[in-house]
Amino acid sequence: MVNEMNLAEYKGVFVFAQQVDNKLSGIALELVGKGKDLAKDLGTEVTAVLVGSGVADLANELAEYGADRIILVDDPELKEYRTEPYAHALAEVIKKYKPEIFLVGATAIGRDLGPRVSARIHTGLTADCTQLEIGDFPINPVPGKEQLHNQLLMTRPAFGGNTIATIACPDFRPQMATVRPGVMQKAPRVEGAKANVEEFNPGFIPNNKYVEILEVVKSVVETADIMDAKILVSGGRGVGSAENFKLLDDLADAIGGTVSCSRAVVDSGWKSKDLQVGQTGKTVRPQVYFAIGISGAIQHLAGMEESDIIIAINKDETAPIFDVADYGIVGDLNKIVPMLTEKIRAAKAEK
Amino acid sequence: MKIVVCIKQVPDTKGGVKFNPDGTLDRAAMLTIMNPDDKAGLEAALRLKDQYGAEVTAITMGLPKAEEVLREAMAMGADKGILVTDRVLGGADTWATSQTLAGAIRNLDYDLIITGRQAIDGDTAQVGPQISEHLDIPVISYAQNIKVEGDSVIVERQYDDRYHVVKAQMPCLITALAELNEPRYMTPGGIFDAYDAEITVWGRANLIDVEDSNLGLKGSPTQIAKASDKVRKGAGEKVTLDPTESVDYIMDKLVTRHVI
Repeated sequence: MVNEMNLAEYKGVFVFAQQVDNKLSGIALELVGKGKDLAKDLGTEVTAVLVGSGVADLANELAEYGADRIILVDDPELKEYRTEPYAHALAEVIKKYKPEIFLVGATAIGRDLGPRVSARIHTGLTADCTQLEIGDFPINPVPGKEQLHNQLLMTRPAFGGNTIATIACPDFRPQMATVRPGVMQKAPRVEGAKANVEEFNPGFIPNNKYVEILEVVKSVVETADIMDAKILVSGGRGVGSAENFKLLDDLADAIGGTVSCSRAVVDSGWKSKDLQVGQTGKTVRPQVYFAIGISGAIQHLAGMEESDIIIAINKDETAPIFDVADYGIVGDLNKIVPMLTEKIRAAKAEK
Repeated sequence: MKIVVCIKQVPDTKGGVKFNPDGTLDRAAMLTIMNPDDKAGLEAALRLKDQYGAEVTAITMGLPKAEEVLREAMAMGADKGILVTDRVLGGADTWATSQTLAGAIRNLDYDLIITGRQAIDGDTAQVGPQISEHLDIPVISYAQNIKVEGDSVIVERQYDDRYHVVKAQMPCLITALAELNEPRYMTPGGIFDAYDAEITVWGRANLIDVEDSNLGLKGSPTQIAKASDKVRKGAGEKVTLDPTESVDYIMDKLVTRHVI
């Protein structure tokens, strides 16, 4: 491949520190955490790229979660997310600082921003990664082909979770990936930790690609984020109706958990999309995941199988959810769930 | 108004997945459908056609067999179908795919390009935004409601906890969600006409402003290091008990695992 890039010039791990309404998104800290691990393997540093308007205050939080350096791009044009000014910000940061790795969250923002930036820079972008590590490419030596070291190996599910693929980007820099929220771990917070903050403003002059935001409509329902829950009580089509989710609400209330659901439940209009677990919903890894009346389509499993303990209740003994459950109970959820709720309440009252 | 809709023929993921020895997909060996998000994009285009009057061109890149989805699109109401197919385009990643489609679209007059948000085989959601970058036009991803006003489009752009009502100057590119609408069925007359309709077939020579070094497997910055069937963690215990025993069983597990 003809490639004019001098790859050796590209150094350091950069992550996009996504913020919305001047609050850091969870993914920003997760990427700092993962970026720190990768930087350690490469003997380099992790830099958070903070983009917005009036967001300088967020630098401290990034430092406390492990960022070695922060590049701050602060401009009134960056108040609300818009593809063009944000893509311009990241592309100019990449041109100036030449990172070897650039990570972006696979969010509704990052999955729009990442491809636009990678196309502008001319590099590869691997989508929705669930695992990142430093290794050799090719993974095993191939006669007649140089084996490159210190490459970013990006692993992702494809075909709705049927397969997994590991991707490398050997000839272009930065090696770019979007990363699924909820999969990587934040580093422990170190209160008072400081990092270098460098301000950088490449200039933002509106052109035809700057769209106009006429209105911002936030969802009215304030629900707990299922990605933060320690215990999830998740229901599927087998729950039967929106009203019958009361059984799950009660169980969640008794055990101190949060209710979530499968895609079928959202499609039926029983629950809102922000509670959906799975390939087209959210990836969760709680300590305990109750799968109640969920058959376990492969797209659902992709979003929850990393949970520590999976307890499945389903009347169909052939349901695929039992293939990933630690504890599978074949039976009627309408009988089991209310009794379980009572028992848990009683057990907690005794303490 | 002229609308170009990018559609993709994808393996029906229920049919199982097969690989070539080099780790790329063996598309020829799998059952296929029109990608659901693309179908929603096509439906959105056809609604704009119904409402404002428009010429809708469906374009796809793929094997010669991908002609099938163009006929399906025309049976639904698309006016033209263009198949971009060439041996040198095979094995493309999203960079090379978006270069190819942008190179093909440069032959066309367009006000609006609509793509699906993502295809169910790759799930990358990259090709739409990348095409817009190559063509130097605005992009609105994750579109939910599309209106035309003068030389602009007004679109609801979805985010996790909100949407933005966004106005963009045409020409621009929009990526559509399957949730956008319920695609119409092919009409019997439409199927009949589509069967006879002429499909335009383009190859490498028809792509405008694209270097060879940006096409196909060789022009793809990303390379597959390893591909495999997903290895799942093994099943744990499975019990069939009466309801009271089931509850005792779960309680026992919750206590021994220190959940309660």
